[in-house]
Amino acid sequence: MKDFIIPGLDGAPLFSDRDYGTPARRSQTMVTLTIDGQSVTVPEGTSVMRAANTAGVTVPKLCATDSMEAWGSCRLCLVEIEGRRGTPASCTTPVAEGMVVHTQTDKIRRLRQGVMELYVSDFPEQTILGAANRDNKLQEMAAAVGLKQVRYAAPEGTKLANHVEAADAEGNANPRWLAQDVSNPYFAYDPAQCIVCNLCVRACDDVQGTFALTIEGRGFESRMSPGMAGDDYLSSDCVSCGACVQVCPTGALLEKSVIELGTPSHSIVTTCAYCGVGCQFEAEMQGETVVRMTPWKHGKANHGHSCVKGRFAWGYTTHKDRILNPMIRESITDPWREVSWDEAITYAATRLRDLQGRHGTKAIGGITSSRCTNEETYLVQKMIRAVFGNNNTDTCARVCHSPTGYGLGRAFGTSAGTQDFDSVEHTDVVIVMGANPTDAHPVFASRLKQRLRKGAKLIVIDPRRIDLVRSPHIKAAHHLALKPGTNVAVVTSLAHVVVTEGLFDEAFIRERCDWDEFQHYAEFVADPRHSPEATEALTGVPAAELRAAARLFATGGNGSIYYGLGVTEHSQGSTTVMGIANLAMLTGNIGRPGVGVNPLRGQNNVQGSCDMGSFPHELPGYRHVSQDATRDVFEKLWGTVLDKEPGLRINNMLDAAVEGTFRGLYVQGEDILQSDPDTRHVAAGLAAMDCVIVQDLFLNETANYAHVFLPGSTFLEKDGTFTNAERRINRVRKVMTPKNGYADWEVTQLLANAMGAGWTYTHPAQVMDEIAATTPTFAGVSFDLIDEKGSVQWPCNELHPEGTPIMHVDGFVRGKGRFIVTEYVATDEKTGPRFPLLLTTGRILSQYNVGAQTRRTSNMVWHDQDVLEIHPHDAEVRGIKDGDRVRLASRSGETSLRAFVTDRVSPAGGLHHLPPSGHAGQRRHHRLLGLGDQLPGIQGDGGAGAPLQRPDRLAGGLHQPGRAISSHRDGRGVTCP
Amino acid sequence: MAAPNNIAKLVTMANQIATFFATQPGTTQAAEVAGHLKAFWEPRMLQALYAHVDAGGEGLSPLVLKAVERLRQPVA
Ligand code: SF4
Ligand code: SF4
Ligand code: FES
Repeated sequence: MKDFIIPGLDGAPLFSDRDYGTPARRSQTMVTLTIDGQSVTVPEGTSVMRAANTAGVTVPKLCATDSMEAWGSCRLCLVEIEGRRGTPASCTTPVAEGMVVHTQTDKIRRLRQGVMELYVSDFPEQTILGAANRDNKLQEMAAAVGLKQVRYAAPEGTKLANHVEAADAEGNANPRWLAQDVSNPYFAYDPAQCIVCNLCVRACDDVQGTFALTIEGRGFESRMSPGMAGDDYLSSDCVSCGACVQVCPTGALLEKSVIELGTPSHSIVTTCAYCGVGCQFEAEMQGETVVRMTPWKHGKANHGHSCVKGRFAWGYTTHKDRILNPMIRESITDPWREVSWDEAITYAATRLRDLQGRHGTKAIGGITSSRCTNEETYLVQKMIRAVFGNNNTDTCARVCHSPTGYGLGRAFGTSAGTQDFDSVEHTDVVIVMGANPTDAHPVFASRLKQRLRKGAKLIVIDPRRIDLVRSPHIKAAHHLALKPGTNVAVVTSLAHVVVTEGLFDEAFIRERCDWDEFQHYAEFVADPRHSPEATEALTGVPAAELRAAARLFATGGNGSIYYGLGVTEHSQGSTTVMGIANLAMLTGNIGRPGVGVNPLRGQNNVQGSCDMGSFPHELPGYRHVSQDATRDVFEKLWGTVLDKEPGLRINNMLDAAVEGTFRGLYVQGEDILQSDPDTRHVAAGLAAMDCVIVQDLFLNETANYAHVFLPGSTFLEKDGTFTNAERRINRVRKVMTPKNGYADWEVTQLLANAMGAGWTYTHPAQVMDEIAATTPTFAGVSFDLIDEKGSVQWPCNELHPEGTPIMHVDGFVRGKGRFIVTEYVATDEKTGPRFPLLLTTGRILSQYNVGAQTRRTSNMVWHDQDVLEIHPHDAEVRGIKDGDRVRLASRSGETSLRAFVTDRVSPAGGLHHLPPSGHAGQRRHHRLLGLGDQLPGIQGDGGAGAPLQRPDRLAGGLHQPGRAISSHRDGRGVTCP
Repeated sequence: MAAPNNIAKLVTMANQIATFFATQPGTTQAAEVAGHLKAFWEPRMLQALYAHVDAGGEGLSPLVLKAVERLRQPVA
C-alpha cells in the first residue's frame, strides 16, 4: 500500500512494517516447528501466528496486533495442527516442539469465508465493495480469504436486522443504528463499522492505560462505546492518544484527515517535536501534505505509541499565523517592513558588527533553542563563539537542565539521566518526584502504568495529588504530599531512614562510591534533626508514611527515581538532585536495568541543546571553556581563537543590556519573554538593546522587542537530530519543503557567513560529523549509524560503538560516586498573614509549554483557559465557588483566573495554576513566580505573594517559593510539558 | 559599574552559592565558592562583585568575602 522511506538508504527497508500479530517473547528456550512446510525456530511462548509471520507466512487476522497480547475473538486466524482436533486460533495458541501447522486448507478456507461473510453481512456495503479510499482491514481480509458473496437473506417481506442503515425504505428509524461520534477533533467513530473485535478497548487499557472504552450491549447488540452511557468521545475519559484509532481494523475509528484527504501514498520516519520522550513517527504523506502521523513501532522511546500532541497536534505547521517572509525595522516602535532574505541578513549582520565595533566584542550574544535540532544548536553556539568571538550563548533549557547537570555531574560525573525508558519494565519500586508524567510525558507514563499494573510499587512525592496517585487499576503505595519548597528536607529524611535503619547497600557503596564521603554523609543524615518525626512539621509529610516509603524503596527490589521540573525549577533544585543521587547510591540502585536516576525533560531537545554547548561556560560535551585542550580542538577546526572566560547567561545579558554594555541578541526558536520567569526584567533588557534578532515560526512576544524577524521552519521541514530524555539521538527528517524558504540551520549559516564565517555546510549530516570529530561522547555518532540503528544513545564512541542504554554499569563516569551533604535551606519567601497561600504551576496534556504550537491546533477543545486549583477549605473561607473568576496577586504581579475547587491540592494554602491557554496567561502567571537556584546559575529574584480574591472581595494571599509541576483534568479533558 | 538593582541580584546569587558550600564538610568551602564563581561568572559580573566588595561589600556573606579574596590573589 505505502512505500516505506528512510531517506539516505537505498534498497530494502531495514525496519519491516510487518505486524507479527502477537508480541515477541523473551525466553531463552527455543522451539522448532513446521508451518506450511517451512521449519521455523522461535522462543518458547511465541504464538503460532507470530511464528508463521517469522517464517514469512501471513495468517489472516482481525483482532490481533503485535503491540498487545492476543484476545482470540474474531476466529479468522484459525489453523489446523496435525494431531490436534479442531481449528485453533493461531493468535492464542502457543508453539510446541515438533508441531506441524497448516495455515491454508480447504476446511480452513471455508471456515474463514463463513466468518467473513458474517462480518460483511452487517457492514456498510460501500465500504467493503467500494473503492479502497480508507484504511480498511476488513476489506483486505475479505480479499485474503476469497470472499465472493454474502448469502444471508431475510425471509420474504422482512429485512435483516442491521446496524448499518439509519432507517428502512419506509423511513422507519432503525433502533440498532447509532450516529457517528465526531466529537473528537481529530478522529471519528462510526458504530456501524464496529465489528466488536475489542482491539480499541484493549489498546486503551493495555497500551495507553486510560480505560476509557467499553463494549456496550450483548450479542448482536454489542458495540464499542466511549465512557458511560450517554458519553461521547469528548466527554469520556479519553485523552485522545489515538491508540484505539491505530488498531481499529475496519475504519470504524478513523482520522478525520484520512476521511478528508484519503489514504497516504508514502511515509517518512521522523521524531516528535514536543516533549522529552522523543516519540518516533511515520509521517504519512500525500506529496508534501501530511495526512497523518502514526507512531513508529520501531521507535525505541515509544514502541508504536504516542500522545495527542505528537500524533495529532501538527496543524500549527501550516497555520496561517506563520511568518514566511523576513522583516526588519529601525526601531521597535516602527512598523515591520517585509524584505528579502538578503536584505534582512545583511541588515542584521551589519548591525551586529557595528555594535561590536562601538561597544566591544562582548556586546552581543545569542540564545539557542531546545526546540531546534542538535545541529542547529551546535551552529548557533559555534557562530557565537567563533564568529561573534565571545561565549555569550545560553538557552532557556537552563531552567530545566542546570540543576540536573550540576547535581548529577557532581555526584556521578555526567549531566544526564542514567537509564533508557525500557528500563522501567524491570523496575520494582518507582519514585516519581515533582513530575506529572501522565500529562507532561504521556508515553513514558503509559509505559510506567503498564509496569505498575503488573505489580511494581509507586511512591509519589508531590504537593498535589497527580493522576498517577490514583488512576484506573493503579494506586500509589505512598503519596508524600509535601509542602512546596521542602524537597530537600524530604529527600534527606528518606536517606535518614535508610541510613539509621541500616537499609543501605554497603557492598555497593564500598565498591562504587567514595567511602570517606559516605561516612561524612551518613553522619550528616543520621542526625535526629533529619528524622521524619523532626521534619514532619516543616514538610507536612506524616513521619510514618515517610518511613514506610523509605523502607519500601530500600527493600522493594529494583528502585528507580524519575523527577521533573518540580525538582529542578526550584531554588534548591541542584541540592535536591544531589539528594536523589544520594538515595540511589545508598540503595545500590545504579548501573543496571530497572534502577537509576532519570530527569524527565520538558521540551523535546533540552538534553540535546545542553549537550551541544549552549551554556556560556561549556563547549559541546560539557567541557569548560577554560580547558586549554578542549579549546584547542575547536580552535584548530574553526581557525580562530576562542574566549576562555565564561560568557553571560540570559539574565546577565539582560542586566548588562540595562547597564548598556550588552547591545545585540540573536534568539533562535525561543520566546524568552514568555518562557522566562521575570517578564519585566526580560522586557527591560530587550528594550535596552539596539539589535534583537528573533527567528521563529510566529510573531512571538519577544518579537515585540525585535529589529529583525527571520522566519523559522518546523520540524517537518528540516533534517537533523533531537536527543530525548534518555540521551537517545533520534533523526528528524524533512518531509516537506520549508514554507519560509530555509531550514533554521541554513538561516544561521546565512547570518554567520554575512558576518564573514565562510561556512559551507550543505546538509546537517556534515554538522553531526563535526560534532563527532570534536566531542568524545559523540565520537561514533553519524547520520548513517542512526539510520541503520533507528537511534543511538550517547555516549557513543570506541568504548560503546552502538551507544549506551544504561550508564555507570561498571563504575561511575567520574570514578567513585560522591555522596554530597544536602542541607535544607528554607526559602527566603514564606507564607504569612498577608500571603498565606502557596502557588505551584503545572502542565496540561493537550497543551505544550507556552502554547505557541498547541493553541494553533484543535487541542484547544480540551483546555481553553488557564485554571487555578484551590482546596475546598481555602475556597470556602474566601467565599470562592467553583468556576468563579478570582484575582490572584503576588509581589511580582497579578492576574485573574478561573477557580477550580478540588481537594487534589493541599488545604491551608495550596494553589495550583494550570497554564497555558496561551495568550497572555502564561506570561502573567510567570510574573507571579520567582525562582532561582544559583548553584548552576538559574536566576530569580524571589517572587512572592499578595492577596487572592474574588474581584469583589479581598481574601487570602499568595506566595510562591518554588514551582511544582502537576496536572489537571477539568471534568473532561486532557491535559503539556 | 553595575546598577544598584543588579548589584543586589549579584549579592543574592553569590550568597546562595555560599549557602550551599557552607553546608559541605571539610575546610575548602571558600575555595569551592571561589572556584564556582570563576567557572560560572562572566568577567563583567566578577568585576562588579569586586567593586562592591571594595565599596564595603554590604550584604555579602563572610564566605563570599573570603572567596573573593582568594579570587583576587594573583596566581602564585
Ligand atoms: S484515543 Fe482515547 S479511547 Fe482511544 S486509546 Fe487513546 S485514550 Fe483510549
Ligand atoms: S509530546 Fe512527547 S509523548 Fe507526546 S508524542 Fe510527542 S514525544 Fe511522544
Ligand atoms: S486474530 Fe486470532 S482470533 Fe482474531
